[in-house]
Amino acid sequence: MRSKVVLRRLIANRQARYGSIALLLLVLVAYIGPYFGAYAWTEKDFLAFLSPPDADHWWGTTSIGQDMYAITLRGMQKSIVIGLLVALISTGLAAIVGAFAGYFGGWADRVLMWGVDLLLVLPSFLIIAIISPRLKAGSSWLWFVVLLAAFSWMITSRVVRSMTISLREREYVLAAVYMGIPRWKIIFRHIVPNLSSLLIIDATLNVSAAIIGEAALSFFGFGIQPPDVSLGTLIAAGSGNATGYPWLFAFPAGALVLLVLSVNLIGDGLRDALDPGSNS
Amino acid sequence: MSILEVKDLTVTFPGGVQAVRGVSYEVERGEVLGIVGESGSGKSVTSLAVMGLLPPNAVVSGSAKLHGRELLGMDDDELVKIRGKAISMIFQDPLSAFTPVYTIGDQIAEAVRIHQRMAKDKAAKRAVELLDLVGIPHPDVRAKAFPHEFSGGMRQRAMIAMAIANDPDLLICDEPTTALDVTIQAQVLEVLKTAQQETGAGIVMITHDLGVIAGMADRVLVMYAGRPVEQGPVDDLYYRPRMPYTMGLLASIPRVDGEEGPLVPIEGNPPSPSSLPPGCPFAPRCPMRVDMCDDEEPPLIPFGPGGGRSVACIRSHEIEHKGLTGADVFPVPVIPPSEVVRVPRAERATVLELDDMIRHYPLMKGAVMKRRVGTVYAVDGITFDIAEGETLALVGESGCGKTTTLQQIMQLAPPEGGRVVVLGKDSAKIDKAMRRALRRDVQIVFQDPMAALDPRMPVQDIIAEPLRAHGRKDVRARVAELLELVGLSPEHAERYPSQFSGGQRQRIGIARALALEPKLLVLDEPVSALDVSIQAGVINLLEELKNTLGLSYLFVAHDLAVVRHLADRVAVMYLGKIAEIGTVEEVYDHPAHPYTQALLSAIPLPDPEMERTRKRILLEGDLPSPANPPTGCRFRTRCPKFATQLDEAQRQRCVDEEPSVARLAGAVDHGAACHYAEEIEVITASDDQEEK
Amino acid sequence: MGKYLLRRLAINVILVAVAASLAYMLAASTMSPRAAYQGRQPPIPEATIDATLDMYNLNDKVPVLQRYATWATGVLQGDFGKTWNGGSVNDEMGRRIFVSLRLLLIGTLLGFAVGVGLGAISAVKQYKATDRLIGVSSFVVLAIPVFVLATLLAIATYNLNRGLGFTLIEYTGEYNPQLSGWDQFLNRLNHLILPTISLSLGSIAFYSRIQRNMMLDVLGQDFVRTARAKGLRRRTALTKHALRTALIPSATYFAFAFGTMFTGATFTEKIFAWHGMGAWLVDAINAQDVNSVAAVTFFTAICVLFAAFLSDLLVAALDPRVRVN
Repeated sequence: MRSKVVLRRLIANRQARYGSIALLLLVLVAYIGPYFGAYAWTEKDFLAFLSPPDADHWWGTTSIGQDMYAITLRGMQKSIVIGLLVALISTGLAAIVGAFAGYFGGWADRVLMWGVDLLLVLPSFLIIAIISPRLKAGSSWLWFVVLLAAFSWMITSRVVRSMTISLREREYVLAAVYMGIPRWKIIFRHIVPNLSSLLIIDATLNVSAAIIGEAALSFFGFGIQPPDVSLGTLIAAGSGNATGYPWLFAFPAGALVLLVLSVNLIGDGLRDALDPGSNS
Repeated sequence: MSILEVKDLTVTFPGGVQAVRGVSYEVERGEVLGIVGESGSGKSVTSLAVMGLLPPNAVVSGSAKLHGRELLGMDDDELVKIRGKAISMIFQDPLSAFTPVYTIGDQIAEAVRIHQRMAKDKAAKRAVELLDLVGIPHPDVRAKAFPHEFSGGMRQRAMIAMAIANDPDLLICDEPTTALDVTIQAQVLEVLKTAQQETGAGIVMITHDLGVIAGMADRVLVMYAGRPVEQGPVDDLYYRPRMPYTMGLLASIPRVDGEEGPLVPIEGNPPSPSSLPPGCPFAPRCPMRVDMCDDEEPPLIPFGPGGGRSVACIRSHEIEHKGLTGADVFPVPVIPPSEVVRVPRAERATVLELDDMIRHYPLMKGAVMKRRVGTVYAVDGITFDIAEGETLALVGESGCGKTTTLQQIMQLAPPEGGRVVVLGKDSAKIDKAMRRALRRDVQIVFQDPMAALDPRMPVQDIIAEPLRAHGRKDVRARVAELLELVGLSPEHAERYPSQFSGGQRQRIGIARALALEPKLLVLDEPVSALDVSIQAGVINLLEELKNTLGLSYLFVAHDLAVVRHLADRVAVMYLGKIAEIGTVEEVYDHPAHPYTQALLSAIPLPDPEMERTRKRILLEGDLPSPANPPTGCRFRTRCPKFATQLDEAQRQRCVDEEPSVARLAGAVDHGAACHYAEEIEVITASDDQEEK
Repeated sequence: MGKYLLRRLAINVILVAVAASLAYMLAASTMSPRAAYQGRQPPIPEATIDATLDMYNLNDKVPVLQRYATWATGVLQGDFGKTWNGGSVNDEMGRRIFVSLRLLLIGTLLGFAVGVGLGAISAVKQYKATDRLIGVSSFVVLAIPVFVLATLLAIATYNLNRGLGFTLIEYTGEYNPQLSGWDQFLNRLNHLILPTISLSLGSIAFYSRIQRNMMLDVLGQDFVRTARAKGLRRRTALTKHALRTALIPSATYFAFAFGTMFTGATFTEKIFAWHGMGAWLVDAINAQDVNSVAAVTFFTAICVLFAAFLSDLLVAALDPRVRVN
């Protein structure tokens, strides 16, 4: 069936294949890798400050003796989880707001789109930067996810809205209206499923956008707060000394780039597989 | 000597899709060759291959010689000198065929300057001359307009102007009038004939419309599954088809000159070009198939005396010998007569009643600066009713308001003006619960069978949706029953819409509409998206369902031939008003409104002899904008009667006073909205009509 | 049309006002400029701090709403107040806007032009080596966040300069104040090289992907076939008909990027030590500088709305289908 066709096209798509394999490996490394390392991410080796990669500390150590291998993997875990959660929340929000605004039109549309405009105009960077360092440690990264998601759904919801407006006039939607099916049911039964290609692609690309967004904010100290680490905080710490102690920068930055690249490859492959009109 | 000589042309796309499998034809100077075929028969690919415009991954073999020079495999540097100069092409959809960001005049001038050394201003002047030649009013002003500012008919004229800009030897027209309304089609075909006279070019006319070919072509080539199956002079082929596919095709089209009884359907679907059956590709659908047909594909061989005729069928001599026709060969279904119609119309219940119904839209302008600039008078006061067991057809060209009418009825909401009464209930006076209950009795079948079914739902759920929405219990059994009713196998309930062909999808749409056992079925162009050979089966099904289930139909269509076949009464709409209404026999045989007369005379008949002798009433110009309709009679700006037959005082009345539908003297059920209505005969009745 | 523009202007004014007010409230209620004065040695008497903060309208002992009222009155008169240490926010903003403009104009234009060009080539040569090369490179570039890219460039330049033994390419700051005249101009250009590369690489990759997709959409369309059917060479048909039409969507992105250019380069400015608008936001947050934060927000909001308007205008100019008569 259609899902089978999509799956076949997806497997036939080289980008998606490489991307999936790469992502799978990265996830495995992030979650299983720590069991093979000699040090835990919270441990500090007071005998090895800023030591370059060697047999003991595979990826070297930081200036306070943390094992780079352990904390980079820890950072990857955080980045992956944040990316997935943010993508899920923001795409879901975009789908619901966009579909309702587009389908109902009129006042509902105007109010929702006005809210979208306001959120677009508000400097998300500023708000997250002010709020996140003030969050309580512990569950703070969950709040950070919510903040990040809250500011990353607006553009998609506009796209969903305009697609809904064109779907609304489709004959199978009209047919449902003429059958006497309630409108909210039509949205969830006929409109959202038919936007699934767009939403899946969007969710995938949101994963990489969220990973980069988290790293960017953490880079300035506005994201994940110590003692927790993420790829962004590690890159920020490493970039200052990148010329002298390249391992501090290279490993987290490399992990970040690989992560984003593999997710983007999957997203692009999905686009080709899901969109029958695409050139592939 | 022939201009173009195509021999054994084959085109293969990646994945082993053989789109064209050995096509040969010749075109002489001044000759029109018609290529007929259904979608996917390879007729368009053939001509693109000749032009060298196929995508690079297509493998082309065989030969195509222009004035003896081989075109296939020719260097692109050489080909650009031929394209647009020796061979020009006219495409189906003139909106997407023009670059949206340049003016029409610039694009025609560009075509001129590619092949002729000419200064820019001279080329621009030439473009205006060409636009004038194809009958575009105010060509100097219109040349500065962008493609989207042209109407469909005007764009196709401009396309023709561009094609003849360099005096080509050969014009390839790929479905040039398919996207147009009939009256506009008649105009454009007339322009094409003029263009041919101007240039003396040969024309290859590709279309699925057997009527258009009958009127235009000298010789005809019929294609099926990527191969020509029959070829010959137009009269010979139309009156004596010798290949069952051609026979079926000619017998399956409903005719506007009237023929009673069920249509001749061709069962099944054309084969997919990637999985052709062994032997003759038509064999699986052919009623004359014998075992030998599956052994090998019959070649296209010369047939009969005199030459110029060839047929690809092993039984063609038998057909010739026995003088068989499509109706003899193809099994014609027996449709049981309707019980209801025995009761006189006046005594039957009224299912739907529209009384002076009005629907206006705000006219918005600009994508950046959206604002209301006026009102579209989409439906401006129409009145009709439908009795039980009756089919009323609403016909008219695009923009006449027929779709708006239908939407207004389906919404079951109070109209802006007038009344909509469904099954005795006024839509303005019912509450929510009653409206929901009423929806069960009024259902709709849409035009595009692909768009009408949610692609992500299996057929089972699609048909079950109305049942569940209205709380029916025996859903599964009912779905199976419905599928059988529309001629599909209940085992197919698990499949998705994309696994069905167009005709089958339309049957699913009909099954869904019938699920709640409605009393009134609204049919929005139910067969216009289907191929000719599929149409007949769906039309027969609709007729049968109506008779056996006692349904009433409101049938919206632009194809007057289908309407004549299916409808009992017909209402002709023009710019939001009814121009003429009455029984099908009265309106078709004695049209009284000048618009109906023009409309009927514009329909091409699949009969070369009649097409040649017919006098057409051509309308001037395009439909006026429904946002700014003319005063008085809305049709007067294009009315041939107003222009030529009326005196000044009579005309004044048309300008000042809007005519309303008045019953014609001597007719029981026939009215026209014209101050000077006068019945005339536009279509000569066919033989079998005369016999009655 | 006038009425429409007025309505749109009114909505935008409200949006800007709401955005800036929210930002001010948030900043004023959470940030504490007082901290900058409290930790000093020798300690400053509390009364003096209060007096200073009162003067700058930054005293957290004054109710937020009252401070907001003072601030809003000032803004309405075109005065954005004082920075945490008493400087004029207006002056600071004026200076920084020009720093950003100098830094970003070239990068933005270059990114668009090169990106569109590469995208078009990529589409025309679909599936050929050129297309694959451009595609893979843009993919990789898009996966590298700008702060990683900028750091990488800085490292590479540092090593290059060290290898050469002299400073071939400058990698920090805006110019060398010791130089003057022509030398200083050249020095300024030299300082632009790295930030411009780091800014434009990303947009080149972005536009090349967009333009490629748009071109491919257009290439299959009937009007390109028509252009070739009338005898145009493939190349001419592609550039004159396909590229011109496919440019419209990319141009809207460009208009948007152009409008938001000033505040979009936070990372590049911070990493290469340019004191532009983008860096100001980070500096202001770190310095707990309430009025500066509000001013940057105000400016950003105006930029976003201006950018949206600009892209609408550009579409109307490029696409006759939406042009207003």
